[in-house]
Amino acid sequence: MRNGEAAVQMPAGKKSAKRNKLLKKLNWRGLVAIAGFFLGWHLVVVMGLPGFKEISSPLMVLQTFFGDYLTNSVYWDSWLQSFKRVIYGFILAQVIGIPLGLLLGTRESFNNLVYPVIEILRPIPPLAWVPISILFWPTAESSIIFITFIGAFFIIVINIHDAVRSIKKEHLWLAQSLGANSRKIFLRIMIPSVIPSIAVGMTLGMAVTWNVVIAAEMIASDSGLGRLTWEGYTSHTVSVVIIGMISIGLAGYVSTAVVDYLEKKMMPWRIAR
Amino acid sequence: MNVNGLKGELVATKLRKWYHRKGHAPVHVLEDCSFRIEPGKLTVVMGTSGCGKSTLAYLLCGFLNPDGGEIRLDGQLVRGVSPDRMMVFQETALWPWMTVLENVVFGPLAGSNMSRETATQKAMELLVKFGLGEFKDKYPGQLSGGMKRRAELAQALINSPKVMILDEPFRGLDVMTRELMQEYYIKLYEETGLTTLFITSELEEAIFLADRILIMGGSPSRMVKELEVDLPHPRTFDVLASERYLEIKKEALEALYGENAEQVCI
Repeated sequence: MRNGEAAVQMPAGKKSAKRNKLLKKLNWRGLVAIAGFFLGWHLVVVMGLPGFKEISSPLMVLQTFFGDYLTNSVYWDSWLQSFKRVIYGFILAQVIGIPLGLLLGTRESFNNLVYPVIEILRPIPPLAWVPISILFWPTAESSIIFITFIGAFFIIVINIHDAVRSIKKEHLWLAQSLGANSRKIFLRIMIPSVIPSIAVGMTLGMAVTWNVVIAAEMIASDSGLGRLTWEGYTSHTVSVVIIGMISIGLAGYVSTAVVDYLEKKMMPWRIAR
Repeated sequence: MNVNGLKGELVATKLRKWYHRKGHAPVHVLEDCSFRIEPGKLTVVMGTSGCGKSTLAYLLCGFLNPDGGEIRLDGQLVRGVSPDRMMVFQETALWPWMTVLENVVFGPLAGSNMSRETATQKAMELLVKFGLGEFKDKYPGQLSGGMKRRAELAQALINSPKVMILDEPFRGLDVMTRELMQEYYIKLYEETGLTTLFITSELEEAIFLADRILIMGGSPSRMVKELEVDLPHPRTFDVLASERYLEIKKEALEALYGENAEQVCI
């Protein structure tokens, strides 16, 4: 471009080209759509269209948020509580699910023994566990963590079980013929083979965990973002409901970002291209 | 490089193999399959796809056990896997989560009690020789098809095998890379005299590389024909234009396709 004709003809061209590039990167269409969404929301509430009579406008939500919630410790405690439950449930599911999946995939007799039980329990949706869980566990907290755990657990076990079963036989044979012992084969071949599936299990598990924790909080807890949202509804403060919804969305987004980051760290060979 | 020039006589006697899979009728793959791989020679096994060539390779490497017959390496009965018989698989078997160097040193570190320094040094010698010196820290996913093949050769050769078994190793490569790899392998073979069993379904490749061609056929399969390829070494692609090449090709086609060979040839 240094000696290109375009630069000579229009000195301003370069600048506007740069701006264009930035705009393209920003996806201005997306920005317009987001602005349009909020504007439309505002308009339907102001006009009082059917169904929107009791909904707060975006401005009212902002007002409530900055007025009552930004510096409200109860609100931030809801974040903390929900995150705590998600993290406990998620980590428990990984810590128990990954070894179990590996065992199921590698040990035929163990598989024959345990897999049928998993197949029976797996189709039961996590929220169906709520009543039993409350009866069984001594505290509401532990029952919510248990339900969250259930949400991620089966996904992880099944994913890893399938991954172990579909390890390329050539990968194992090659290691065997090179004289590797079973410990080395397990650590250097099998574990790395299932890491991509562990990653998939983490992504799916994290999504399910948030789903489950919110519902469980609405039913069985007196704290957390789910509870906050539900209380907004029961106390007829719709702005709070919307603040809760947005907070939950943000929390899910942050969790997914963290999981994505971890996954990239786990699989350096996947990003190196 | 010295890779046990005169060892590696592989004798298979009356091999039989059935495949039993749940929910499928058993398949009789091999019956009465006998042959001899001469030490220091490059023997090519040819056959149409699905005739049991890979199965034969798995038996020779010890990944599968025969249902009958026996395999002997230098007189010793073969049971199970061993770094004496290294295989290069049809599709790349490099471990994608290890760098090229890690892939190559895995064998010496896992099998023998070679120190990491020695193994790394040996691996680097091979990688440099194979033009992969700069790529030692790359992952297999970052390599081209031909580079992956060369990395696999290094991965196998570092263990000083007595026999190399290559199962359609250049399948899936583009024509140019394929020819380069064929030239590459024949040079390596001429240099080391490494006993090689090369499996392919491509006649041109077979004749270009082989000292001897074994042709598989029948159902269940066995060796139906043996051809000496007395084309001169060192081989270059010029041999593909020679009179003798065409004669061998005709003979091989007749063995492969029987009476219809003339039509196929044209």
